[in-house]
Amino acid sequence: MPVAGGARGWLILGAVVEEEVEVVLGVDGVEVVLRCLPASSLLRALRDAGLTATPGGCEQGECGSCTVLVDGVSVCACLVNAGTVAGCEVRTVAGLASPDLEAAMARNGTVQCGFCTPGFVVSSEALLAGGGVPSRDEVREALAGNLCRCTGYAGLVEAVMEVARERAG
Amino acid sequence: MTTLAPVAGAVGAIGAAAERPDVAAKFDGSFEFANDRWVPGMLFGATVRGRGPHSRLVAVRTAAALAVPGVVAVLTADDVPGAEQIGHITRDQPVFAGEVVRYEGEPVAFVVARSQELARLAAGLVEVVEEPLVVLDDPERALDDDVPQLHPEGNLYRHLVIRRGGSTEGAPVEVEATFTTGRQDQAFLGPESALAMPDPDGGVTLHLATQDLHLDQAQIAAALDLPPELVRLVLGGVGGAFGGREDITCQVHLCLAALRTGRPVKTTYLRSESFLAHPKRHPARLHYRVGAEPDGRLRYVVARIRLDGGAYTSTSGPICGVASYFAAGPYRVPAVDVLCEAVATNNPVSGAMRGFGAVQACFGIESAMDLLAAKLGMDPVALRRTNALRPGDCFPTSGQAVHAPAPVLEVIDRCAALPLPPDPRLVSPSRLYHPYSHPGGTGRTSLGEGVRRGVGFAVGVKHMLYGEGTPERCTATVRMSGAGVEVVSAAAECGQGIGSALVQVVRTELGDVPVWLAPASTEAGYAGSSSASRQTWMSGSAVRDACRELRERVAALVAGRWGVAPGDVTVDGTILVGGAAVPLVEALGGEVVEATAVYRPPITSAGDPTSGQGDVHVGWMFVAHRAVVDVDVELGTVRVVQVATAQDVGRAINPREVRGQIIGGISQGVGLALTEELLSSGGRVLNAGFTDYLVPTAADMGEVLVDLVEVGDRHGPYGAKGVGEPPSLSSTPAVVAAIRAATGRPCSRVPVRPWDIVDVDADPGAVTR
Repeated sequence: MPVAGGARGWLILGAVVEEEVEVVLGVDGVEVVLRCLPASSLLRALRDAGLTATPGGCEQGECGSCTVLVDGVSVCACLVNAGTVAGCEVRTVAGLASPDLEAAMARNGTVQCGFCTPGFVVSSEALLAGGGVPSRDEVREALAGNLCRCTGYAGLVEAVMEVARERAG
Repeated sequence: MTTLAPVAGAVGAIGAAAERPDVAAKFDGSFEFANDRWVPGMLFGATVRGRGPHSRLVAVRTAAALAVPGVVAVLTADDVPGAEQIGHITRDQPVFAGEVVRYEGEPVAFVVARSQELARLAAGLVEVVEEPLVVLDDPERALDDDVPQLHPEGNLYRHLVIRRGGSTEGAPVEVEATFTTGRQDQAFLGPESALAMPDPDGGVTLHLATQDLHLDQAQIAAALDLPPELVRLVLGGVGGAFGGREDITCQVHLCLAALRTGRPVKTTYLRSESFLAHPKRHPARLHYRVGAEPDGRLRYVVARIRLDGGAYTSTSGPICGVASYFAAGPYRVPAVDVLCEAVATNNPVSGAMRGFGAVQACFGIESAMDLLAAKLGMDPVALRRTNALRPGDCFPTSGQAVHAPAPVLEVIDRCAALPLPPDPRLVSPSRLYHPYSHPGGTGRTSLGEGVRRGVGFAVGVKHMLYGEGTPERCTATVRMSGAGVEVVSAAAECGQGIGSALVQVVRTELGDVPVWLAPASTEAGYAGSSSASRQTWMSGSAVRDACRELRERVAALVAGRWGVAPGDVTVDGTILVGGAAVPLVEALGGEVVEATAVYRPPITSAGDPTSGQGDVHVGWMFVAHRAVVDVDVELGTVRVVQVATAQDVGRAINPREVRGQIIGGISQGVGLALTEELLSSGGRVLNAGFTDYLVPTAADMGEVLVDLVEVGDRHGPYGAKGVGEPPSLSSTPAVVAAIRAATGRPCSRVPVRPWDIVDVDADPGAVTR
């Protein structure tokens, strides 16, 4: 039996690789069954199920493009094993973006290629869910786990500040 | 300053911060990036990469991989039916390495399997037998006699000589220094991905992320030995590009696989592969000797530039040209002597990245100008004002006449006039101790006793469009029906906002009509690349011309239907017949009216072969940057407090998108100044991941102030120039100048490293580096 090695560990091809498991969880309020390999990340399992709203930019937890909320906690979906979130409620950009944040992000020119947008929406909503009006540095810190290569971040920080002020009245 | 007359037009016309047509889909996650496409029954590919960096390829053994259940095919160089080599301009890069591997990660085979994971695992089972050859990793040695010759024509991709004016010796004041720039990666966030589908007619359809559909099509068709019309390319969502998607990566492999298996085949690169696969910004070594009069007026600029082109030509030729032509900056210089060489090595392939050679040249000339200012005891801004090009001058390198407008002084003055951030000594002392305002951020190990503030200034220049005589044209079609206007264009939207710009052009020409964009594909006419700060100019002009033709045709049609003279019909949102508004549906009576325009910009010529002189560029974009940094001179850490810029944009078609380009381009300039370098040792890449290839984050970027200088170009649509590249030109040298001002250290290379700031050699206890 051929064997492949490397950073992913040693796997007997044709055996381990083919054994899929089922993971039942909520995604944006809908119960879904993800069929995936035991080693699959939540990101891969979501995308393989056609739930492609969450993009993967690095699959090593560095770019933040795949940020989702798992039971309200923001995580990189690429770093979470799909099986460990069975029974949890996952919120992606598709079910999370609120109109005021969208409007503020559009107004501030935060969308260019848009690959980072889902991650920024989720990280921003996670910060805003805490209530209050964060300082500019607090916003920068909250968004520092998300890379954007197009916009230089100024509009992203401004958009969150604006929404926080609006929501605080 | 000239003030541009407002353009009449509807809501969302030129000059408005019009909403992007893709914005809603990008918010709700429904926007389809190239790797989001899924079709039933598709297979997945994974690339087998040679270890290189220079080796003889002895064998590629595929049997073990093919034996794995679920593996459908393994393709190698033997499976390429047509041209064995591809390339942006010079076709010297094998589709799969055949006999020699010339860089680490060069494709040698492509495994096709039932799933992406299985394909990647099986790729590890393809046995690649390589026999090491002597590695050429030092570009300074590339033209020596005793180094490996990597290509049949030798190791020189291009050399360019520019000579203009008289003596380049003996100025009263002279500075001489060598500067170095590191290898920067475009680091677009969407990794390379595409999906190829076999067509019933023997052709193939490829959904992909690219900057130039037709350029890819030509190379793919040649490799497949198919007529171009059987190779159909459709633009998928592009997750950023910045020059990194000008060259072929997975395209041919996927099309081969789809044709071989008769099934759709998709691949998505890992981030580590992406760092190896696409060409990067050329590392450069720039030696300068600059002479001036005691009052600061430049006498001569002598530059010797060596660009590390890496293993294949890619765009090294034109980049060598750009580095040369902008080696003397936007200054009046009576005598110029430039020699630039782009050479082959076994390092990663170098190619296009935002600024395209002008970034490296700008770091060289601007650093030399600062040395000169210091030697003269002159203010750096004053030195630049003294020497700024003015309309009526000759461009210092090409000798080309500089037509108005050339607002060099204006960008300098308006940038310098932008407000500085508060002096930290005048605000609460505790401000420095906030983790995010301290250089080095939350990882600080001091209380800020060693923090010094510095301010630096730099000016940049680059041409727009291709130049140097490269033929250039752009096609666009507009189609009016009762529902509105459809724009058919092959212009690649990489995120820069070409879509909204084209919609704005239509609304400017035809009024407040519904406008939408057909998917970009090779079915549309040739648009050329989204690169060289050219696409708004080129496609904007083509769409404008097509709209004007359409207006005539609609008027003729409606006039015929209503029995009036064409002059009595006006197209402005609705259709006005003799002043009375008639809805589109009614006016057109179910007809669809179409117009296609081919736009050709003013022609350029190749420079004289011995002196480089000639009308090589359509025109220039000018920019100034001022950076304010805080440096911890004990830790060697830097925080960018503020970057201010004034940029000559001609006219902002969409001010919001223009600002987005500018701030984003500055963040890439800050990255090159401080953190971004794809390191290699002996040709092997050391940091192919975002863990240690450090793209600036929201925590790293300081405040950015933007002033748009709009004086209107002579030829660009509605006066627009290009916008994309200038932000990345002088932002880097401005940041480095600020570090020099704060530290007194030479900082002659970018990225600036902590040990360039902290003088470890002067410290007897320091570990030798």
